[in-house]
Amino acid sequence: MPVVAIAPYVGVPKDTVDRFHGNQLLYVGWDRHLMFYAPVCLCLPPAMTFGELVRGPLAEAWSVHPQWSSIDWSAVRWLRSGEAFDPDFERSLADNGIGHKEVLRLQTPGLEALPGAV
Amino acid sequence: MDMNVKKKLGLKEKYALMTRSLGWETSYEPMDAVFPQTRYEGIRIHDWDKWEDPFRLTMDAYWKYQAEKERKLYAIVDAYAQNNGHLGVTDARYINALKIFLSAVPSLEYNAHRGFARLGRELPGVGPQIACQMQAIDEIRHAQTQIHSLSNYNRFYNGFHDWKHMNDRLWYLSVPKSFFEDACTCGPFEFIIAIGFSFEYVLTNLVFVPFISGAAYNGDMGAMTFGFSAQSDEARHMTLGLEVIKFMLEQDPANLPIIQAWIDKWVWRGVRLLSIVAMLMDYMLPKRIMSWKEAWEVYFEENGMALFKDLARYGIKVPDCVELIKKEKDHLSHQAWNAFYTAGKMTNFHTWLPTEEEMDWLSSKYPDTFDRLYRPRFEHYREMEKQGKRFYNTTLPMLCQVCQIPMLFTEADDPTQISYRQVTHQGDKYHFCSDHCQHIFEREPDKYVEAWLPAHQIWQGNCFAEGADPGAPDFDPLKSVLDYWHLVYGRDNLDFEGSEDQKNFAAWRAQATRN
Ligand SMILES: [Fe+2]
Ligand SMILES: [Fe+2]
Repeated sequence: MPVVAIAPYVGVPKDTVDRFHGNQLLYVGWDRHLMFYAPVCLCLPPAMTFGELVRGPLAEAWSVHPQWSSIDWSAVRWLRSGEAFDPDFERSLADNGIGHKEVLRLQTPGLEALPGAV
Repeated sequence: MDMNVKKKLGLKEKYALMTRSLGWETSYEPMDAVFPQTRYEGIRIHDWDKWEDPFRLTMDAYWKYQAEKERKLYAIVDAYAQNNGHLGVTDARYINALKIFLSAVPSLEYNAHRGFARLGRELPGVGPQIACQMQAIDEIRHAQTQIHSLSNYNRFYNGFHDWKHMNDRLWYLSVPKSFFEDACTCGPFEFIIAIGFSFEYVLTNLVFVPFISGAAYNGDMGAMTFGFSAQSDEARHMTLGLEVIKFMLEQDPANLPIIQAWIDKWVWRGVRLLSIVAMLMDYMLPKRIMSWKEAWEVYFEENGMALFKDLARYGIKVPDCVELIKKEKDHLSHQAWNAFYTAGKMTNFHTWLPTEEEMDWLSSKYPDTFDRLYRPRFEHYREMEKQGKRFYNTTLPMLCQVCQIPMLFTEADDPTQISYRQVTHQGDKYHFCSDHCQHIFEREPDKYVEAWLPAHQIWQGNCFAEGADPGAPDFDPLKSVLDYWHLVYGRDNLDFEGSEDQKNFAAWRAQATRN
């Protein structure tokens, strides 16, 4: 049953893309770097390039981490909705197949060793 | 005319006259139209008269007991306030636990009042009607006494000034708020299983111990007194919760799978809600009572399991989520404090790092996890503090669609990996902290697609200060959101170290103890 109710009821989703003024939600987590207690929830124009995402909002959120500056961007792994994904840094989020409420995970092999998964 | 007046009614007779015989079969309207809410959840009740009243309390006796409780309570609370009792608490850090309590709990009590008042009207049996009416009055009493007791703290400390406003808006408070709104928008039977059974019966001690024993341990007579006063109603609530589940199970075997699904859902919802309590026990009480893990083992793994053993004869099983909770108990409080400490710009209370001594206590209570996973994280933050760069996360967190808690929980068998779950529903993606929250969504997607998730609402532009212009060149979104929450930057939030609360408490205590 879609919802137990006294009469038929259709839920109205609160977070459809049309409510974000031309932008879309994007969640990004950096695996095994838990000083960032949860993935970030961003709201971005779909035309932003992947490179701009990394150099802009992600750097702003995560560059305080001592390992951020040592990331080798050619060696990182990305997951999109849990599946391996090879983004093109020059192309837009939309062109990279990143839609509204997509979740990305950044994995940085070799940079997982800080004690306590800081 | 002869009047046959008996001097005094016997207890049994009085009970029969003042409860059961207050009900009647309606004749102008069919009973189904008078009680329209009892069928749509699929629960079948054949005979309301089979309801056994667990406590044979009549309204007149109820009023007398409760009035007496109130008189005692207010006498103590007012004396406490007049004597500046707040200066006797162990340490001003403790007061931040009260800020969380006041921000979250009186609204829960008030909603419990609303829920039970509805049941007092909607359940067709007179026995449960009266029991629910009494509980409805208890719950509004709890809300009132908490507000009254805590208003005293508002005269001296920051962050207490607008708890009701914040309860409806502040990001982390959407967790308790949405929990109870979920319950209140259920049918009457699910509501009573959710609140009367799962919360009041199975989990109540896990709330009582940290707040009320915590208050007693930390010299807070005010909070302790309203806590014990509320707890004195609890025995009645717990008995009602248990009676109701047995009654429903005995009425029809078809009720079992429905009730089981509700128990599975609400034990999980309740435990997720208690994450903040876990953190409070382990990190916020200067004088600790016991660890969250110990409390969970005593009150759930021992007492709770005994209850489920008792219900096994009806076919009720221990909820699946218990396996996961068992694994999370070593991590929960640390992960929650890691979140609040680093989100300390957006809280209506102060946060801090545990002292060396406190970290040693945590290692002794969590020998398998604290030194390996959490101490190094706190030491990293300490290092940053020393360099004058106290760490604050200023991004908005991704939230679970169901429990609304930031996605801070890790995989059951890998405490360094955040747990992600997602489904696509009618073309939109939805995200969850766990399998259990995902399953709750999948059972009733039309309910949870309507969740008011603070991070998303902020991005939609619904949470800026009144009259703010997001297009203005000097518009500062974080500041505007804090204004919308009525949270004063630099006064209500940030670290305890250097706060106005810390300075005032030290100065007042010095005044009280020196010439
Ligand atoms: Fe209550
Ligand atoms: Fe969740």
